[in-house]
Amino acid sequence: MLALTRWKLFLVLGSVLFGLLFTLPNLLPPATVASLPSWMPHQRLSLGLDLQGGSYLLYEVDTKALEQERLTNLVEDVRTRLSAGQITFSDLGVVGQAVSVRIADPTQVDRATKLLNDFLGERLMNGSRDVTIKPGPDQHLVIAFVPEAANAAARDAVTRSIEIIRKRIDSLGAKEPFITQQGADRIVVEAPGESDPERLKAVIGKTAKLTFQMVDVTAAPEDIAAGRIPPDDEVLPSDDKFLASYVVKRRAVVTGEMLTNAQLSHDENNNPAVGFTFNGVGTTRFATVTSANIGKPFAIVLDKRIISAPKINSAITGGNGIITGSFTEQSAHDMALLLKSGALPAPLNVVEQHTVGAELGADAVKAGQISVLIGAALIFAFILLAYGLFGGFAAIALVVNGLMIVGAMSLFRATLTLPGIAGLVLTLAVAVDANVLIYERMRDEVRAGRAAMPAADAGFSRALTTIIDANVTTVVAAVIMFNLGAGPVKGFALTLLIGVLTSVFTAVLITQVLIGWWFRAFRPKTLPIA
Amino acid sequence: MWPLIKLLPQKTNFHFVAFARLAATLSIIAVIATVIGFFYPGLNMGIDFKGGTVLELNTGAAPVDLAKVRGAVSGLNLGDVQVQRFGAPNDAVVRFQTPAGANAGDVATNVKAALTRSLGQVTFSRTDVVGPEVSGELKLKGVEALLAAIGLMLIYIWFRFELQFGLGAVVALFHDVTLSFGLILLLRLEFSLNLIAALLTIIGYSMNDTVVVFDRLRENRRKYKRMPLRDLIDLSVNETLSRTVITGLTALLALSGLAIFGGESLRPLSIVLLFGIVIGTYSSIYVASPIILLWGAKKEDEPATPIAPQPARP
Repeated sequence: MLALTRWKLFLVLGSVLFGLLFTLPNLLPPATVASLPSWMPHQRLSLGLDLQGGSYLLYEVDTKALEQERLTNLVEDVRTRLSAGQITFSDLGVVGQAVSVRIADPTQVDRATKLLNDFLGERLMNGSRDVTIKPGPDQHLVIAFVPEAANAAARDAVTRSIEIIRKRIDSLGAKEPFITQQGADRIVVEAPGESDPERLKAVIGKTAKLTFQMVDVTAAPEDIAAGRIPPDDEVLPSDDKFLASYVVKRRAVVTGEMLTNAQLSHDENNNPAVGFTFNGVGTTRFATVTSANIGKPFAIVLDKRIISAPKINSAITGGNGIITGSFTEQSAHDMALLLKSGALPAPLNVVEQHTVGAELGADAVKAGQISVLIGAALIFAFILLAYGLFGGFAAIALVVNGLMIVGAMSLFRATLTLPGIAGLVLTLAVAVDANVLIYERMRDEVRAGRAAMPAADAGFSRALTTIIDANVTTVVAAVIMFNLGAGPVKGFALTLLIGVLTSVFTAVLITQVLIGWWFRAFRPKTLPIA
Repeated sequence: MWPLIKLLPQKTNFHFVAFARLAATLSIIAVIATVIGFFYPGLNMGIDFKGGTVLELNTGAAPVDLAKVRGAVSGLNLGDVQVQRFGAPNDAVVRFQTPAGANAGDVATNVKAALTRSLGQVTFSRTDVVGPEVSGELKLKGVEALLAAIGLMLIYIWFRFELQFGLGAVVALFHDVTLSFGLILLLRLEFSLNLIAALLTIIGYSMNDTVVVFDRLRENRRKYKRMPLRDLIDLSVNETLSRTVITGLTALLALSGLAIFGGESLRPLSIVLLFGIVIGTYSSIYVASPIILLWGAKKEDEPATPIAPQPARP
């Protein structure tokens, strides 16, 4: 095994070159790396959020709320359709996961069913409608979404949410955010370097559903106080400085979807405001409604809270305007950003958050560097003391191993996390184990009466099965850890895995070549370790 | 005198098996103590598995006014809030559970806003929030990972060695994992995902160590067909002793650097790993091998000694 064959030398040289080449960008300042010739690798180790600072946010799309909202809309649709068909009804509302309504006249039930069947819901791919209408007891009709439609709506909500989050984060100017779907209804947002995670959360998590609704000035205050709200109206809390709540028409005149643009603006008193521009449909609708309602107030509603309720002074036909309210420059800017990116299809809830400040991350990097260096120095000192020259060979193999690990991690763009640094330290120790096994085997062989050269040779060949056996167990543990999921632990597993693979290679091959070369150069009669 | 390896005796002759009974007693006591510890006082679950929020805050030049921090959060109906100094006098850590029904992310946002209002100059160097949905999943995943690791190790050992070897290795594995839990309980370490990673690594290392001894045992059994199993075990453990010691020491040296200089958040991980290396080494000598002895060796390898004493001839 100690023969210095060409392929062995080639492999050793190759691995050393690989390690050097791919580790190099990590050791140079970024400016120098950028100026390297294009054939040289430029990738650096990517640091996990726990090392460079940043936020990991795990969101869950609230599909239950989405379903409730779809049912509420369905109720309104049923009301509109039945009223338009002049069918009297009662008991209209959401029951469980369906909408239930009682048709007053038993002879009208069939007509009502047909009417709803023709107009409710949307067409699915196969041509049928996405709602089913079944007769219930006592002239009731039960209207529900087919399960495929509910699932499709949830899937669509997740995909759309990801797009919207991306738009919002991009306009915040966060650097290289990473947005991915996890499982059926979860979204991971990883934003390195964002200094204020709460602002990030505020911008991502806001539904930002904008509606303009007419204020119902005809509703009698005593009816509202007694909870008798007209069926077409709703009471919404207000953030303006005049009233705590307003009674508004449920039907929105225009919605945020009809906006083409929104930006930070200022009112006549130079207070921050949000300027907006409608599309064609929005412009027409807004013009019609404002010209018909001069002198009456309308409410600007964001996520079921009224921002302000200005009076219509004249018909607004130009399709643009400003929203005033108690804004700061930043909140007006953020709101414009939210309006431009569109409303989230369903509420998003933070179910996990990990934020590390950049300073803390830098401290962790420093501590990690120190402990890796100290760990490596202790290992070097120990194996040199224990095995002398052969310990030196093992130390060289260890250095190449370190280069290969960093090189491989840079190449595969693997992320180094804080626990990953622990994995690195552990890997160095495990790497030495392969050499220890080999050297101890050599000593056994010398003890058994073999001469130096055959003993060294047998040391390598006979230790190999044990080395592989022993390392398979670590690989198994690392693979399981990797599947455990969470980011930092994944980093630990990955470092351990890469490290074990490279260490078997370097500890066996590089020391073999070095010892082979030593035999050839010095023709020793004894081994320094026996 | 250099290299030092020459100082190690060429051939040691420790009678490890002779001490197996004593070691087993110690191990059993420690395992029982750990099992009791599981119920009382129980594991100190971190937010990974319990859910909740941990905030690390820094008040700049001024030291943290802990009473003010407590005052700021007391009005928020959070239940039990822990406020502690943490390292430097201007650092503190705040921990609380998410009240039932509330959204964990929103609660954390509100608490941070309240603290900022009350303390004025404050930066949050770390915010960790784990919602109840996630902590439940992580707990399940952690248990699954540990069981999967032990199961796969058993399968691997079963492929490579015979069944009684596998049993010895697995008993040793359970022993190591249990006692590592014992250390976590004893030091009241916060049980987190990092510690699950440490336990998985210990499983790997313990196995690694056991496999090396077993490899030698298997080899020696072929070589010395008539040697009693007890002596075979002693011989194999002795032969692999210098490797066990040197590898163990290397790992301990490397990890001690990490434990001392690696910083606050890696300390629990490195302490548990350090302990795991020691216990893994101990168990491959004193747990895994004696179990094989206990189980009884394969008949064909036993020397043909009769079980009952032969009646003496007159």
